[in-house]
Amino acid sequence: MNEINPGLLIILGALLVPVLPGLLRSAYMLALPVAVFLYLLGLPMGELGQFEMFDMTLTTLRIDKLSLIFGYIFLLATFIGVIYALHVGDWLQHTTGLMYAGAAIGAVFAGDLITLFVCWELTAIASVFLIWAAGTKSAHDAGMRYLIIQVASGVILLAGIVFFYRETGGIAFNAIGIDTLAGKIILVAFGIKCAFPFMHNWLQDAYPEATVTGTVMLSAFTTKLAVYALARGYAGTDLLIPIGTVMTAFPIFYAVIENDLRRVLAYSLNNQLGFMVVGIGIGTEMAVNGAAAHAFCHILYKALLFMSMGAVLYRVGTVKGSELGGLYRSMPWTAGFCMVGAASISAFPLFSGFVSKSLIMTEALKGGYFYVWLTLLFASAGVFHHSGIKIPYFAFFAHDSGKRCKEAPMNMLIAMGIAAFFCIGIGVYPAPLYAILPYSVDYVPYTVEHVVTQLQLLMFSALAFAVLMRTGIYPPELRSTNLDTDWFYRKLGYNVGSTLLLLGGDAVKFVAAQGGNAFRVFERRLHFHHNPDGLFGRTWPTGLMAFWATVMLGGYLLVFYFR
Amino acid sequence: MSVGLLTSVALAAGAAQAAGGHAVAAKPFILTEHLPILIVVIPLLAAALTAMLRNGRVAWAISLAVSWILPILAVMLILQVEEKGIISYALGGWAPPVGIEYRVDIVNAFVLLIVSVVGAIAMPYALRTVELDIDEPQRAWFYAIYLLALTGLLGMTITGDAFNIFVFMEVSSLAMYVMIAMGRDRRALIAAYQYLIMGTIGATFYVIGVGFLYVVTGSLNMADIALRIGPAFAESSPPVMAALAFIVVGISLKLALFPLHVWLPNAYAFAPKFATVFLAATATKVAVYILLRFYFSIFGSAISLTDLPITEMLLILSIAAMFIASVMAIYEDNIERMLAFSSVAQIGYITLGIALANKSGVAGSVVHLMNHAAMKAALFAAIGAILYRVGTARMSELGGIGRTMPLTMAAFVIGGLSIIGVPGTAGFISKWYLGVGAIEHGWWVVAFLIVASSLISIIYIGRFVEVAYFQPVSEASEKGSDPPFSMMLSIVVFTALTIYLGLDTAWSGQLAEKVAAVLVGGLAQ
Repeated sequence: MNEINPGLLIILGALLVPVLPGLLRSAYMLALPVAVFLYLLGLPMGELGQFEMFDMTLTTLRIDKLSLIFGYIFLLATFIGVIYALHVGDWLQHTTGLMYAGAAIGAVFAGDLITLFVCWELTAIASVFLIWAAGTKSAHDAGMRYLIIQVASGVILLAGIVFFYRETGGIAFNAIGIDTLAGKIILVAFGIKCAFPFMHNWLQDAYPEATVTGTVMLSAFTTKLAVYALARGYAGTDLLIPIGTVMTAFPIFYAVIENDLRRVLAYSLNNQLGFMVVGIGIGTEMAVNGAAAHAFCHILYKALLFMSMGAVLYRVGTVKGSELGGLYRSMPWTAGFCMVGAASISAFPLFSGFVSKSLIMTEALKGGYFYVWLTLLFASAGVFHHSGIKIPYFAFFAHDSGKRCKEAPMNMLIAMGIAAFFCIGIGVYPAPLYAILPYSVDYVPYTVEHVVTQLQLLMFSALAFAVLMRTGIYPPELRSTNLDTDWFYRKLGYNVGSTLLLLGGDAVKFVAAQGGNAFRVFERRLHFHHNPDGLFGRTWPTGLMAFWATVMLGGYLLVFYFR
Repeated sequence: MSVGLLTSVALAAGAAQAAGGHAVAAKPFILTEHLPILIVVIPLLAAALTAMLRNGRVAWAISLAVSWILPILAVMLILQVEEKGIISYALGGWAPPVGIEYRVDIVNAFVLLIVSVVGAIAMPYALRTVELDIDEPQRAWFYAIYLLALTGLLGMTITGDAFNIFVFMEVSSLAMYVMIAMGRDRRALIAAYQYLIMGTIGATFYVIGVGFLYVVTGSLNMADIALRIGPAFAESSPPVMAALAFIVVGISLKLALFPLHVWLPNAYAFAPKFATVFLAATATKVAVYILLRFYFSIFGSAISLTDLPITEMLLILSIAAMFIASVMAIYEDNIERMLAFSSVAQIGYITLGIALANKSGVAGSVVHLMNHAAMKAALFAAIGAILYRVGTARMSELGGIGRTMPLTMAAFVIGGLSIIGVPGTAGFISKWYLGVGAIEHGWWVVAFLIVASSLISIIYIGRFVEVAYFQPVSEASEKGSDPPFSMMLSIVVFTALTIYLGLDTAWSGQLAEKVAAVLVGGLAQ
């Protein structure tokens, strides 16, 4: 195997980061994604890096158009993420961030499920440090929950791979489908990482807790890796259409009432993923193109939005909507970049979201999914509402909070500038993006119909916001904690249990107590027998050992005799 | 006891005669033809030499030289076997099956490699730890005994004669009892005594079983027994089954199969540090090899093992070992005993693969012989280093040790990850094979249990990792610092091997699969 997976190059390259001093380290981290990008350009298409392990062929590097587009955008996101984080002195964040990016890139170029699994787990393990690095108690707890869920996703994936290997006798990572048991299990694993409804809470839980720079990296890789995996394995699976549709719609309500602006973005991230999942579910060439293009654009504008909010957090120390406002005077550049990101995510014509989202919408309508299309339309309006207007409005305008601060550091501005450049560039001139899509494109985004429909939608959404704000009906930004579905398994289970105990009287109490007791007794017995002084743990007298040897022998002889 | 020693002396004489005999016949002495005997005779003669020299440093140097020569011989043997097939070496000019035959095929060549490589890597570790554990007058004796143990283990592996196995088993076991008894801790004596009693019972059961086989087949040569046992079984089955029962239980004692493992934790915990590293990585592995030989190549070739409930018994005991021993490890405060319990659990995985009796399962067992040797040696060596610096292996006293002994603890973490079976480490490869084997066999529950028991190991490894990194530096830990270079060298090489075997399975996996093919291929249908 002569060709090495570009992801592995980044992972190995990341190991050098801790030993390099100051400026050299910065230069090295900037050069790494560029060098790997040039290396990637030189690689031929096809299945490379194959070698035999056990009876299986591992394809550690598979390059085709689907993996390439994700590879390009991941490298670009790595580059932007590195620039954005240059001011950070903590080598641990740099190293784990690069390893995380490398693992995601490695997973995208993985040609078999085992390689995918290894990278899959590595993304989980490397990324959790970006959350823990925030250093707060809540970051620690959220990171732990994040890690458990992500590792669980990996374990489920592994179980699915074992079934897959048994069912098909191979481990190549191509279309999987949900007809087989293996396909169903693997879909669950992908679904967790893709934040399917009811599996999504880790995202809103963990991302806002990460460091300023960590969230930018996190927003780019984990979920988009899952989108790639879905596009590879489950394109055309009808089940994904309703799932994606729900994903686009329900986070909007949470996003509207949420006060922490980075959490608002986390909800809108979920909603954007929904568009991609719908595209994959429709499964036509154009729809998959749409999903890939949307992932490409989305990584850029979502990173841009997270970067702008990160800059606010870095300078002001909070991103609570209720405490911000009027920052455009202090941070005009950041405000400007934020609005570019907001316009992109809202799919304004001439911004990147427009040229990618319309691919999916058109395909939904063409495929006869009218209600899906309607929901996506509603969701688009909602996105404009909470990400397009709410984020910049509450952070930079609204009532003046009186907070004055410095403009964001130069490296942050450069990173945001690059992302903004791409957001506008793709929106104005989408041909290069279309050229690298998995399938050939004969689509013209800028028709009168498209533009007018979208503008109408946006204008009415803006109108609604304006009217609601004027009349005072708009939910005010309150310092509050909003309950999401994880409440069901984190709180409700507990509460129901205790309520039952109160209301249900002695019978329930008795049963519950017995249940609890049984567990305690089990643990105590386990401890009793297994602790260093217990039956199994303590040192037996020699005679007892000999006795057991004899019992074993007698057992064997008896069993053989009476077989 | 004296029988064993006498026989070993007689054997040395025989070996010398073998070499001499050829010289008399005026045949040119070609080194490569005599590899099978050299790999046994070199450590045996070196043992005598070190015992006579009576100087600790010199004895160490001789042991080091011998330990580094042996892997070369083992590799040459493997290459020869790969090239020419089975090597048969008649001892003393007596043709088999009457005379003792050294018979090398890919199976025992693989085990020879494991034992000799562990010895080679562990030897630098001995220099400083033996200086600490053993007083100068006895140091040379200690190395002589180590070389005898090595001789015994290699001899058990290479010989093709069932009774000769018993002889070498006694040589190695007696040497091990003494090594353990030389531990500084006074409990070492009790541990060695218990091991002595149990080991002797095991050896006795084994030799009784061999006696039964001799009665029904009239032969002690294992290849010959394998040929004759089928007709003998057809004629009269009870003695053959009695032989199977005696041999399986006898060997189970030696390899510490649950519930016959009770001698093991104390023996490992209180032995001198070097002895712990060496024994944990080799002694039980050779016993497993003997079980593989008898189970597949002798009994399996004549009897359909699935007709007997032995598979089920092995399966149940293996699973019991995986779980009960792991839970005991969780509650253990002494880290050496914790690792020893973990060894019992890992042996459960190995015997599980034997019970599966298909190619993937047995390949899992075989590759785990090597992988577990590497990772457990790394773990015990790391704990030995902590004992060397800090003087305690109690978890409750070792808070923050990760900060004062960073390299040592890094090695421990890698070894621990391998015990858990994290991808990228050796342990994953073994568990993967075993899982595939269980699924191929249709035992889905067993595949699940393999994963579930790995989760328990996360707890006991994680417990110490948490203590070592997240607790404040304790009084004892403050004394810690990474050990001297010679010890660190062994730790690093074992750890690197653990990772290497997890990443590059090209040859270890292939070799294990070849071994498994030979073993499973001999089974009667």
